[in-house]
Formats: sequence, C-alpha cells, structure tokens
Amino acid sequence: MSGVSVTKAAEDAAPAGDDLVVLSNVNKHFGALHVLQDIDLTIARGEVVVVIGPSGSGKSTLCRTINRLETVDSGAIAIDGKPLPQEGKELARLRADVGMVFQSFNLFAHKTVLENVMLGQVKVRGTDKKAAEEKARKLLDRVGVGVQADKYPAQLSGGQQQRVAIARALAMDPKVMLFDEPTSALDPEMINEVLEVMQQLAREGMTMVVVTHEMGFARSAANRVVFMADGKIVEEATPDQFFSNPRSDRAKDFLSKILHH
Amino acid sequence: MNVLLDNFPEYRDGFIGTVSITAISSVIALVLGVAIAGFRVSPVPPLRYFGTAWVTLLRNTPLTLLFLIFFFVVPEILFPGMSPFLLGSLALGFYTSSFVCEAVRSGINTVPLGQAEAARSIGMTFAQTLRIVVLPQATRSVIPPLSSIFIALTKNSAIAGAFSVTELFGWQKLMSDRGYEIMPVFIWVALGYLVVTFAISGLFRLLERRMEVAR
Repeated sequence: MSGVSVTKAAEDAAPAGDDLVVLSNVNKHFGALHVLQDIDLTIARGEVVVVIGPSGSGKSTLCRTINRLETVDSGAIAIDGKPLPQEGKELARLRADVGMVFQSFNLFAHKTVLENVMLGQVKVRGTDKKAAEEKARKLLDRVGVGVQADKYPAQLSGGQQQRVAIARALAMDPKVMLFDEPTSALDPEMINEVLEVMQQLAREGMTMVVVTHEMGFARSAANRVVFMADGKIVEEATPDQFFSNPRSDRAKDFLSKILHH
Repeated sequence: MNVLLDNFPEYRDGFIGTVSITAISSVIALVLGVAIAGFRVSPVPPLRYFGTAWVTLLRNTPLTLLFLIFFFVVPEILFPGMSPFLLGSLALGFYTSSFVCEAVRSGINTVPLGQAEAARSIGMTFAQTLRIVVLPQATRSVIPPLSSIFIALTKNSAIAGAFSVTELFGWQKLMSDRGYEIMPVFIWVALGYLVVTFAISGLFRLLERRMEVAR
C-alpha cells in the first residue's frame, strides 16, 4: 500500500447535506452474471466515497454506471436531482458535469497534453481557445505537469499521464469526480504522485467516488468506505470503523488477506 | 509507336477521362464511405440498419449491373438528361463507397475503446467523438487498404467506357476498329493506367509517412 497519509478532510469537510448522486435499487447483468444486485447508494455533495472490494465484485461497473458508460437493467440513477437520460445530447451535457478518470488514463493519443485538457472546454463548453488554454495551463501546473504541456501522452510516464487525465476532467468544472482504479496501472513509485493530487482534491471539497485498492488513501481521504463483494454492497462505514472493526465476515476476510503480509 | 503518335488526341482525351472519373468517384466514395461507416457504428439503430443495407446491397452487386442500373434506370425515374460521365462517376462512387466504409470501420475498430469512452465522459456527443477523437486516430490504419481500394476504382472505371464515357480503355476499342495491331495498343493502355495507379500509391505512401511523424 502507498504511504500517503495526509490529514484527512473527513469529518471537517462536513458534507453540505444535499445528495449529489443517488443510485436506487440498481441491477445489472453481464449475460448470466448478476454484476450489480439491488445497489442503493447515496453520495452527498462534498463527500469522498471510496469503493473497495475483491476483483469482480462489480465496483468498477458501479462507478461506470454513474455516468452511464454502462447502462443498467433496472433501478434509477440521478445526478444532482436529474435522472440519467437516454443516450443523446442531454446525456452528453450531463456527462460533462461528471469527471471520470480511468485505470488506463485514456488520454487522446493524437493530441498534445495541453490540447487534451483544452478539448472538452472548447468543443463541449464552447469556451474560447485563449481562455481554455489559460485554464488548461493552470490545471496542468496544479497537478505538476505544466512543463510537459506540449508533449504527446505517449512521451509521459504513467503517473504523469494520469495526472493529465485528472486535469482534463477538472477542466470541465465537474460536480463530481469518478475515479475507476486510477492507480492500478501504475508503477509503484508513481502511485503516490497521483494519490497526492487526489488527496488535494478531496481536501478542497470535491465530491469524489473512488474505486481503488489503495487502503492508505481510503483511510486518509475517505469520508465513507463502501465495501462490495459479488455484486452487492456488503458494508458501508467510516474508514476508521471499517478498517479497525469490520462488521461483516466477508470484509474481515478481505482485510485479513490484504493488510497482513 | 505510330499508333500512339497518330492518335494522340484521342489517347489524351481517354487518359484525361480516366483521371477525371477516377477523381470524381474517389471523392464521392470517400465522403459517402466515411459517412456510412459513421452510420454503421452509430448508437441510433435506424442509421445502423441503413448503413448495413447500403454496404450489403452495393458491395454484393456486380459493378456492370450497377452501371446498367445507373445508365438505364436512374435517368428514367430520377435524373433525366444527366451526363454519362456523371452517371458513371456516381455508379462507381457508390459502389466503391461500400468498400471504403468497411475499411474505415475496421480502422475505427483499431482505436482503443477507452479513447471513445474518455471523449464521451467529457461530454462529447457521438458525432464529436467520432470526428474529433476516433476518426483522426483511425486514419493511419485505414490508409493502406484505402490505397488498394482507389487503385481498384481506377481500373474499374474501364467499365464506364462501355457506356459511352470517354476514358482510356475505350481508346483500345477505337484503335482496333481502326485496324491497328492489338498488342501495342494494349501496352499503351496499360502504361496509361500505370501512370494513374502509381500516382495513387505514391500519394498514399506520402500520406502514410506524414502520419507516422504526427504520432
């Protein structure tokens, strides 16, 4: 696990109380596999929710349903009070408000780093190029890759690429950021630089849903830990509660396997 | 040698005819082919069905039959009085568009899915995703097959000669009617086609090299 431990925003960043993302009774199948089973999850504005669980538990799928990269079979998902619309312009508009960071970065390979961060602003928000560039450079500086602005993604290390991907998502001024295993494809020495950017975001009050295997990050940055196994949410608790005193056997088993060796 | 020098104006007209019909139908094929490829990967089912029907119909019809339809059926019901040259270009362009479509579609499939997901996740519409993110990255892998498709188009344009379009292959018939020995005639025709096809493959090789640098 990474050694990142910054004082957590947890209790002090007291969520404002209104619900930003609401999943109710969500079900999804991949063929015969019932990958999401009756999922109910509410994420408040300003809250950092970390989703952990064994491989194949459905946590990535859960994350991807929130901006409808995966459709659901039944149940409802609402963001900021609006139910997710069908594929089309309206959904595109809503997605612009939901930042997403992928395990494999997915930077646009044919665009420079700077263009990657400008593209959404210009093409989706209609910002003029100059303002978009200014903002992009500011964000790139903020995530510590300002000097790489004119390079292509392939010329950057994994950690740098992932930080650019975070900047690209932030450039849209999202209401909520989704992180789908953002450090799982990184070399160990690059994990921290990405987690530090995420820590900083959490401290600034960004609403975040983070699917991760980084228990250190979950401990230090999360307001709430959601433990998933076999397509179900097995346990929800504060990080302290969850890591020191898990209630379910499934969580105890999971933690014993990852924490002690 | 005589056959060429004595009949050079006709040869030149034929050559220009072949170049023109090739150029016009290439543009038609490229524009339609890319558009139909977009239809075929679209999230809108009616567009997908239309794209599939277009490719199935045009790709599986013998080109000569397509020419017959364009020359004898289309003017009757749609565009009376359209010139043979335009009708020929349309027939050839439509036919080739189905092949271009499939080449472009295979290029689209070489672009990792994550690229499109990332584009959608920052709020791009399907059309924007395709135009700004996917197609530019697909281009590189589409160029080699496109080169073959356009060379085939050049040679297929010979069929238009049978439908009173002035083009290179028609010169051969003219010359044999005038009683020239057939071998030299064929050699000159072949050389004329080689000039066009070499120019096309040269152009595409240039494009390929250009793309390499861009990455």
